[in-house]
Amino acid sequence: MQKIKSIIESYGLPRTIITCFIILMFCLAPVAQINMGALMSNVLNRFVMNAILVLAMVPMVHSGCGLNFGLPLGIEAGLLGATLSVEFGFTGVTSFVMAIVFAIPIATVFGLIYGLLLNKIKGGEMMIATYVGFSIVSLMCIMWLILPYHSPNMVWGYSGNGLRTTITLEGYYSRILSDLFKIEIGKLVIPTGAILFFALLALIIWAFLHTKTGTAMTAVGSNPTFAKAAGINIDKIRTLSVVMSTILGAIGIIVYEQAFGYIQLYTAPISMAMPAVAAILLGGASVNKATIFNVVIGTILYQGIVTVTPAVMNALIALDISDVIRNIVSNGVILYALTRKIEEGKKRR
Amino acid sequence: MKKVLELLKNNLVPIMFIIICAISIPISGFSTSYILNELMSRLGRNAFLILSLLIPIMAGMGLNFGMTLGAMAGEIALILVYDWQIWGIPNLILSCIISIPISVVLGWFCGKMLNLAKNREMVTSYIISYFMNGIYILVVLYLMGSVIPIKHSDLLLARGYGIRNAVNLTTSRQCLDNAISFKIGGIKIPVLTLIIIFLMCLFIVWFRKTKLGQDMRAVGQDMEVAREAGIDVEKTRIIAMIMSTVMAGFGMVIYLQNLGTIETYSSHSNVGMFAIAALLVGGASVDKASIGNVFVGVVLFHTLFIVAPTVATKITGDSMIGEYFRVFVSYAVITIALIMYEIKKRRQKSDAGRLLAEAQQNKEENK
Repeated sequence: MQKIKSIIESYGLPRTIITCFIILMFCLAPVAQINMGALMSNVLNRFVMNAILVLAMVPMVHSGCGLNFGLPLGIEAGLLGATLSVEFGFTGVTSFVMAIVFAIPIATVFGLIYGLLLNKIKGGEMMIATYVGFSIVSLMCIMWLILPYHSPNMVWGYSGNGLRTTITLEGYYSRILSDLFKIEIGKLVIPTGAILFFALLALIIWAFLHTKTGTAMTAVGSNPTFAKAAGINIDKIRTLSVVMSTILGAIGIIVYEQAFGYIQLYTAPISMAMPAVAAILLGGASVNKATIFNVVIGTILYQGIVTVTPAVMNALIALDISDVIRNIVSNGVILYALTRKIEEGKKRR
Repeated sequence: MKKVLELLKNNLVPIMFIIICAISIPISGFSTSYILNELMSRLGRNAFLILSLLIPIMAGMGLNFGMTLGAMAGEIALILVYDWQIWGIPNLILSCIISIPISVVLGWFCGKMLNLAKNREMVTSYIISYFMNGIYILVVLYLMGSVIPIKHSDLLLARGYGIRNAVNLTTSRQCLDNAISFKIGGIKIPVLTLIIIFLMCLFIVWFRKTKLGQDMRAVGQDMEVAREAGIDVEKTRIIAMIMSTVMAGFGMVIYLQNLGTIETYSSHSNVGMFAIAALLVGGASVDKASIGNVFVGVVLFHTLFIVAPTVATKITGDSMIGEYFRVFVSYAVITIALIMYEIKKRRQKSDAGRLLAEAQQNKEENK
């Protein structure tokens, strides 16, 4: 009994509950006559949509900046890149590449400013990050209306100015990665290209964390006093981590869009930080520690629960409560992580 | 001169707002009596809600983003009382009474959680508000009408369970505002509402002087010192949260009777954000807020709210920009206030460190 308890404790209570729940749901799926292949493809598709956004949490957690609730900042940079690429008339693969090419410098500038700000408010990052995210989203809402975009595929048809709330990517980069090297086994579809793209980025981040700068970043996060004594420029490293997070956020949203097929503007990005934060926490990360492995496991678990549960529930009792479940799970997990770190601190003392 | 600069620095946000309002009022072209009338209505609607934020600030728990919990309790109570078909003032009183137990439970939960997350109360209370929003939707959208009995089908969605997106309070609409009211030069004064708000202010002033109020201030100053002095810190903090939540519940009832409709799934979250923004606009900070801040905040923040859409339409020709601008301003104000608070905290910390170092140096020199 004691042993089980300690295993659960090391695995994390919410993770245990959610893993059990997913297994239960998968067992129920055949009863509800849901095609397992289709279900798995759904989970995989959502995995590639969200994995890079979750990966964007890693650098900032490593450098001790906490969970990046300011993810919308990176997302807005990505949206700017995406809309610019469409505006300049790129199509197909080029439009995808150009979206990223446009997005990276914008994200770098955003990240630099954001990083400088976070250096001034060490200790209060998470709350301020949340509101920086909200502020930039509402500011960009105004921008989408007044920036001089002209592409007829993006602006409102009747007034001729102001971007639409959703812009279709048909003919641009819709599913450009997801359908690359696609493998189909019955109803199971594996978006190989998108998975490889994620693997590439994850590998880059993993390799980076093992370079000298990467190790310094971990040192800054886990023990700032030691890092300072070792002659590391803390502020610089933190800024670098914020820039990396922001760029990953920008790339993440572009990959999200290619799988989804649409660009969503205006208030859509506001609610995107929470699922990413929840996913990495579910993967076993804490407020100051995160690995690539946490990202992969967390995204699968989180996306598993939000896709499988509603499907099964819908088939069994004809009730669509996906939104509510997503809401409760993601915020419950974040709440658990926020209240837990203090307990650990107590033990150490 | 230095004093003036200091004053300007400490009141940056209100001054910015005064300037914005001073510019936009003439552009909007609204008459003074229209603006004053709107403002009076909004003052009655919002002041009580904002007052509910004061006690957690006093107890050092920062801006209570969890006040939405109280707002949810108020909404649930109003929905239930609607179903019992009780109208007018009794409706409001009964709603307040029913909201109390719900608020107490939610406030207790919030307080417990915040005790586990000391020094990061704000982000935690913020996540709690989202978490509880999920539970609220589960209860109101799925359980009401199916598990919790709701008799009147005009409350329910067409599918037979779940509450409608908008519930019209019909005869209870503005019954508190109209109970005793008169007009001065076209401006409606809701006397009874104002009296209730005034009583609430008196209560807060009185409460600060009680033993419990003093304890809360001690906890807010320094938790460790308070603990040494024999104060049960955890309990005091939980009580502060419960009080704030209950007050927010009452505030929500007053707010909704003025509006006349409950937007079942969005009223509470907007209320939380706007109340906090208004308080900050009034010159409050995360660790210090007074009753004066509440009223200055309501007046400045809502003046902008009244004029912003029209002004934006006049300048840019698009009314949506005004809508977004309002939201942007609320978020930006909270962001700026939070940043200024953190910077101040750091400066104080480094000042304290420097003083300590100097003191030690002096000591050594004296040897």
